[in-house]
Amino acid sequence: MARYIAGRIGAMILLLFLVCLFTYVIFFVLSPDPAVQICGKNCTPDRINQIRENLGLDQPFLTQFWTFLSGIFVGRTYGDGSIVCSAPCLGYSFQSSEPVWDMITARLPVSATVAVGAAVLWLLSGISAGLISALKQRTWWDRSAMVVALGGISIPNYVVALLLQYVLVVKLKLLPFPQPVKFTDSPGLWFENYLMPWLVLSFAYSSVYARLTRANVIDTMAENYVRTARAKGLANALVIRRHALRPALTPLATIFAMDFAGLLGGALITETVFGLNGVGKMAADSITKNDQPVIMAVTLLAAFLVIVGNIVVDLLYGLLDPRVRTASA
Amino acid sequence: MNRQSVQPSPVEQGSPDQQALLEVADLTVSFPTPQGISTVVADLGFTLEPGASLGIVGESGSGKSMTSLAIMGLLPPSATRTGSIKLSGTELTTLSESGMRQLRGNTMSMIFQDPLSSLNPYYTIGLQITEAYRAHHPHVSRRELRKIAVDALDRVHIPRARERIDHYPHQFSGGMRQRVMIAMALCTEPDLLIADEPTTALDVTVQAQILELIAELRAETGTGLIMITHDLAVVAQVADQVVVMQHGDCVEQGSAQAVFSAPQHPYTDALLEAVPRIDDDIEDLRQVQRPAGPSSNRTVPGGSVSTGKEPRV
Repeated sequence: MARYIAGRIGAMILLLFLVCLFTYVIFFVLSPDPAVQICGKNCTPDRINQIRENLGLDQPFLTQFWTFLSGIFVGRTYGDGSIVCSAPCLGYSFQSSEPVWDMITARLPVSATVAVGAAVLWLLSGISAGLISALKQRTWWDRSAMVVALGGISIPNYVVALLLQYVLVVKLKLLPFPQPVKFTDSPGLWFENYLMPWLVLSFAYSSVYARLTRANVIDTMAENYVRTARAKGLANALVIRRHALRPALTPLATIFAMDFAGLLGGALITETVFGLNGVGKMAADSITKNDQPVIMAVTLLAAFLVIVGNIVVDLLYGLLDPRVRTASA
Repeated sequence: MNRQSVQPSPVEQGSPDQQALLEVADLTVSFPTPQGISTVVADLGFTLEPGASLGIVGESGSGKSMTSLAIMGLLPPSATRTGSIKLSGTELTTLSESGMRQLRGNTMSMIFQDPLSSLNPYYTIGLQITEAYRAHHPHVSRRELRKIAVDALDRVHIPRARERIDHYPHQFSGGMRQRVMIAMALCTEPDLLIADEPTTALDVTVQAQILELIAELRAETGTGLIMITHDLAVVAQVADQVVVMQHGDCVEQGSAQAVFSAPQHPYTDALLEAVPRIDDDIEDLRQVQRPAGPSSNRTVPGGSVSTGKEPRV
């Protein structure tokens, strides 16, 4: 097991290094001239040279990449050394005059709140809807739930978001227009503020989970071991909970880890529509402003979270599935 | 186990202490198919005395397994079951689902063909063995359950039972898994054990061990046995009585000795002929001779036809 974990972590480190390399190549080598893009319309040659110097773009590629990579671990300085970016330095935003890491950590709690709340909602609703559908196959409930789920998968996020905002806020006036509220200031307002983003995100995700749960439960209910459980005279609820649901839900762990990690790295559209100042909105804003260090850092963060989420679920799988546990022991 | 009949049937056959363990009469199982109603078991009837053993023989699709599922009340929801099944005088066909649940795993148990897929990979065999016992004895303690599991494994001769109860099905070999299944089925000391092709998935030497084990445990507990198989050697080894099925019909039944020594029906004859012998000609071994039995194509009352070609659903 220890060798297995070490192997996985080794693979993770290699993968993260490659992600760093490729993102760096995409953003600073393949892009036409980052300095010009950052500089914008009213640009003088002097200003461009200054930006080049600040970002270290006048250096050879390997030196640039090494400075960037080592900056993550030990920090670095920009320009003549007056701008200090302490570790972990993912870059420095000259537009905001702030290290990117500080920008991310300031906004991460918002994205995390969005992700956690949505995850709770979509797991509860998706799994229960899928389970009921599987047990009541081909009934009106099953059919309507699956039609709704198809809608959740195919209707774009922003359409749902705008529709919900129009109905709940403008027409029915059930919720206030979303505003940033701290939980400690007013838990009620905080909840109302986050409710719509949670609903929008969980609608899309729970649709996927409902369909997966339904398919998996139908499969496991046809397993021989479910018949064995019935032959033992177990109550129907116990047969379903113990013998059908657990094998059906275990594979969902993998997908959940990816989805959740992806959301932690920012829900771009949802955060932007509801004006939530999370990592996703920051990324969207940085794209319009061409703030390359920020865009790159957010990309790296998302990749990092997905990779780590994947490893965590791989290791967790040993606990979930005894066959994996003893095979790798 | 001396179990009193919960619900004495209005029409008793014989005196109560002479009551048959299982009486099946006119059992018919059918499924709706796009081509009409397919009858997989037709008017089957047999009687099993307490502690006796019955072999149901036939090739794939002859309705053997459906018969066992019909007795257990575990047929797929689309199946229709008519006729009468009496377990120690209790009529099962009219019994409620909760009434059936009290009998399943308690008064009658079942062993299935493929022990690997019939055990849940996610739970220890200790838990799976004692599940039935727990379902029928709700107030049993954890410690008692552990003891029951260890005893059950001891009885089927799995070494290091104390340690093995915490292992998972994939950590056992095929033969050991079938022993676990047997331990599981016999844990509640049922009056009736239905074994559906319990040795088909095993190799020949393990097969013999499992059959010996079943015989040994039956001698200890006095459990009645229905052995469902396509293997005549298995039936000859364990069964007192034999029912030969073809395309859902019982074509012949009687004592094992009578059926094997003087088969009355051409199909039984053909089955016996099909047993490969060391002195057979090689060409004969290649194909089972199958005479057209009287029921290979049968019109079922209700207007539909059972072609006899794998009417499984």
